[in-house]
Amino acid sequence: MSHHIVEVTDLTHTYPDGTMAVRGISFRIHHGESVAVVGANGAGKSTLLLHLNGYLTPQHGSVRIGDFPLTKATVQDIRKTVGMIFQDPDDQLFMPTVYDDVAFGPLNLGLPPEEVEIRVQDALVRTAVAHLRERPPYKLSGGEKRAVAIATVLAMTPDILVMDEPSSNLDPRARRTLIELLAGFHHTKIIATHDLDMVLDLCERTIVIHEGTIMADGPTLDIFNDMELLARSHLEKPFRLQGCPICSGELSR
Amino acid sequence: MAKIESAFFDLSYLDALARRNTCIHRLDPRIKVIATAVFVICVVSFHKYAISAMLPFALVLVLVMGLAEVPASYVARKLLIVSPFAVMVGIFNPLLDHQPLMQLGPIVISGGWISFFSILLRFSLTVSAVLLLIASTGFNAVCMAMVKLGMPRIFAVQLLMLYRYIFVLVDEGIRIHQARALRSFQKRGLSMKTFSHLVGQLLLRTLDRAQRIHLAMLCRGFDGTIRIQRVFTITKGDLFFLANCCTVLFLLRYFDLPLYIGRLLTRLLS
Repeated sequence: MSHHIVEVTDLTHTYPDGTMAVRGISFRIHHGESVAVVGANGAGKSTLLLHLNGYLTPQHGSVRIGDFPLTKATVQDIRKTVGMIFQDPDDQLFMPTVYDDVAFGPLNLGLPPEEVEIRVQDALVRTAVAHLRERPPYKLSGGEKRAVAIATVLAMTPDILVMDEPSSNLDPRARRTLIELLAGFHHTKIIATHDLDMVLDLCERTIVIHEGTIMADGPTLDIFNDMELLARSHLEKPFRLQGCPICSGELSR
Repeated sequence: MAKIESAFFDLSYLDALARRNTCIHRLDPRIKVIATAVFVICVVSFHKYAISAMLPFALVLVLVMGLAEVPASYVARKLLIVSPFAVMVGIFNPLLDHQPLMQLGPIVISGGWISFFSILLRFSLTVSAVLLLIASTGFNAVCMAMVKLGMPRIFAVQLLMLYRYIFVLVDEGIRIHQARALRSFQKRGLSMKTFSHLVGQLLLRTLDRAQRIHLAMLCRGFDGTIRIQRVFTITKGDLFFLANCCTVLFLLRYFDLPLYIGRLLTRLLS
């Protein structure tokens, strides 16, 4: 299947103030793959993500989502294929109730009311928040907001999910629920995050970005065991892969 | 800051009230909007010295308030908060209008004072009616009902967005204020100058957020119109309520009930 492929070739982006956020990034993500994009603050992750849903169009190089190259003409089709989950759910939940918010996308697609109803219910059940249907978004907890934000994207039935820091600001239980939820999806997933332990759970492949370029691209475990690479990219080995200081006796004595 | 924070909780309380389930809550929002409009028009159409003729309208409000289980203390508190506006409107009447209209023993009451109280009464009645409408319907449903009744969609969208993000904005404002208060010892950091920086900061953050929200909307196929799916159904019971409500309001408007009762009582006593 070619239509779930994400291909970025030699992408460059310079902001109006002269900051070169992305300098020649290339990668290819296949159907059903789950890929983590990691890197220090300001490494260019967010700028890269903004290209994947057509908010920014390539200044140099190209982005292909499935069968379409990303241009101004194809951006509408691309947004149907790529579901974007934002870092702050408050930005994503702008409608008066959870129901209205999840129905917003399907209604914009021009679907008939019965179909909208089915899609909304389906998305809310998949993210286990069907009981919040009539609640206003500002009354929800952080974990609930995140789940609803994911439901708003699922209701569009995208093939590719792009997430910016999905586990930020969540308590450990909500984070675990989120990881289990995401693990159940068969979409192509691209996750930008600092939560490397979550990457171990969800992504078989990791792309490390440093100062706008790709430092490494390979199997997650290989990358997280390369201490020198992690240090150069301002990262650290995930806690789970570090020896426990209490068991090994380093802390107790 | 206690003031802003408590105002914030008050808004949530209004929402909580709107989620109750009483016979008034179950009425179709459009019916309630129309009934409220009729009520307001009846009240404001009285002549400028009317006081006693408007009192029965307060009874109607009290009745609806009881049926909708909205606490009177809450409405009274809200009235008190906005009352300075009404006082400002009417405060010059007693100075401008000296025509004596009434005599209570040795005290002569001028037309100015009577019209001033008339304004206060009108204000209390109309504002409580609208508060009652929102407390028994919910802000969003009132907006949607007004769209169905012909209000341009753009106004509804503005109001809905305002209502959605006022909570986020207040939250952000409170955080900025707390951060300042924690580091300004003995009011040294509380000058107007830092205040203007804070407001500027809040504006920039708001612009940033607006941009992100717009992006989120674009991602889900936003094309300039916001579509909201809401089905309202008007039942026979709704129509019955509206018909009765309008009849009572019109009767109270055209027949001065307190005057008749007063005449009847004086005739009985004499």
